[in-house]
Amino acid sequence: MKATHAAASEANRPEPRFDVELVAVTKRYDQTVAVDAISLRIPPASYCCLLGPSGCGKTSTLRMIAGHEHVTDGDILIRDRNITDLPPARRGTAMMFQSYALFPHLNCLDNVAFSLKMRGVAKAERQARAREFLDLVEMDEFAGRFPAQLSGGQQQRVALARSLITEPQVLLLDEPLSALDPFLRVRMREELKRLQRELGITFIHVTHSQDEAMALADLMVVMDQGRIRQAGSPREIFERPASAFIARFIGGHNVVPTLGGVVAVRADRCRIGNPGSGPHLSGRVAAVEYQGPVVRVALETQSGEQAAALLPDDAFFAGPVRPGDAATLVWSEADAHQLELA
Amino acid sequence: MMVGGQSYSPGIGTGRPWTFYALATLFGLFLLFLYGPMLVMYTLSFQGLHGGVTFPMVGFSTVWFEDIVKPDQMANIPVSFGRSVALASIVSLLTIGFSVAAGLAFRRRFPGSGLLFYLAVASLVMPSLLVGFGIGLGFKALGWKTDLFTSALGAQLTWTLPFGLFAMFAVVNRFNRAYEEAANDLGASPWQRFRYVTLPILLPGIIGVGMGAFTLSYDEYARTTLVIGERNTLPLEIYALISSASSPMLFAIGTVTTAASFLVIGLTLWRIFHIQKRRAGAGISK
Repeated sequence: MKATHAAASEANRPEPRFDVELVAVTKRYDQTVAVDAISLRIPPASYCCLLGPSGCGKTSTLRMIAGHEHVTDGDILIRDRNITDLPPARRGTAMMFQSYALFPHLNCLDNVAFSLKMRGVAKAERQARAREFLDLVEMDEFAGRFPAQLSGGQQQRVALARSLITEPQVLLLDEPLSALDPFLRVRMREELKRLQRELGITFIHVTHSQDEAMALADLMVVMDQGRIRQAGSPREIFERPASAFIARFIGGHNVVPTLGGVVAVRADRCRIGNPGSGPHLSGRVAAVEYQGPVVRVALETQSGEQAAALLPDDAFFAGPVRPGDAATLVWSEADAHQLELA
Repeated sequence: MMVGGQSYSPGIGTGRPWTFYALATLFGLFLLFLYGPMLVMYTLSFQGLHGGVTFPMVGFSTVWFEDIVKPDQMANIPVSFGRSVALASIVSLLTIGFSVAAGLAFRRRFPGSGLLFYLAVASLVMPSLLVGFGIGLGFKALGWKTDLFTSALGAQLTWTLPFGLFAMFAVVNRFNRAYEEAANDLGASPWQRFRYVTLPILLPGIIGVGMGAFTLSYDEYARTTLVIGERNTLPLEIYALISSASSPMLFAIGTVTTAASFLVIGLTLWRIFHIQKRRAGAGISK
């Protein structure tokens, strides 16, 4: 399925329906299949997070979109243009690398101006432009510094400026926050989201952290073993996980086998109480974790299954339990979400 | 003296064990063995006019240094020095060119990469003298004349190229490929990527490889001696001088060449240090 030819001029083309479209994209390394015929459509100006455990194929997917990895089979379209076989710089993408890959021998200004230099833009012009982009990420005062003189967060801003100066239609971010400490991570995450909103372009962000994906994504894509297991808004996925794998991976859910099949129940919808006639799960308290607004009570059933309840702190302290106590997890039928068997 | 004991922190109230002093003494003796002869040579190169090649010093003079450049000597030291430097420079440049290319190529497996690697190792293992002998025989068989920039150059490259290649492996190993991918991403052509990213990042290592090749060539004897033809390099000239006559002039030559080596090494380190410093950024912005 080859799409509109690249030669068609930008002007008389209708507004693209999707910024990025993957059509049965496959990546094989020798015998192993890293990405298995995945298809995905990312609407214009989306923040898309590729989420999954390590080795799930999310980074390979990103690198194929970037053009740093050859596509074994399938097509990649960016704004209705088939870019599957184009070199990285001609795809309308820019990539921010996990370690940022700032050039150590160039200062911030020259790092940001690098792509303009490659295109033969005159020195004064490219430096002025680079300053604009350093300004955008609030790094203008560090223009003369070398990467080794910057903190992780500062390096990331410079890397961001260096990617954005190419005016990409899609920005690709490979685990951009993993090198930062937790406080900075939350701040940079807000900033990434703000930039994406302001620039009005699509960001594709690879992460293994569900918190990060939930916080950022308009479109959250959960991958496992080279396949997309579920794609949707974070709320959709959290409220209606498609499978036990998704429910476990995004966390905050108990996966419980019942007579009618396997269901997922949000841990924050569970209570400790009397079994009564409603659905319940009995066992012993394995751990109690105070987390501030909530207290997490972990339960282990006789057959060794794990489950947990997230109780509001006042509810917990009204009737506290201790590790080793017998306890029963209860929830209402309406909160049980039926899972696919897969 | 900086000895291994610096970072060793003994328990409270215990001194250093006796083994520390034993090993420190051994190390001191080793240093003496290493540098003693050279110190003797440097000192004796300032021997007085009527002194000999052994102690005691009979006065002090620089006459032996003047002898080096005096015409009508048995050996023409300044000319052979010039040849050695010229040859070492060419060897160094060729070694850089080939080993950078090979170092980058060896990052991925290619057909015959294993064989090529073992051939390079083999060249280091073969007895130097025999390599030179073989090249000499080859030239004779082909009816070519052995000379400085043909057979001698080739003989030295059999020595410096594998060394350069191994050194480049170490340099290239630490090179993060993401830099090249970033360059691709930012629209650099393969040549621009090499010129503006790979080469500058590898430069300190490349300078090191070049210096290594230069010094290997500069004092090469065994491989060169049978293929040099009529124009001797400095080590061959000195060797001829030692076997025919000995005067403190030999020591003076040693002192001058050592000084020259230190100068070159010093300049190299200074250059590398500056590149590193700029990147680590001890000196802040423009």
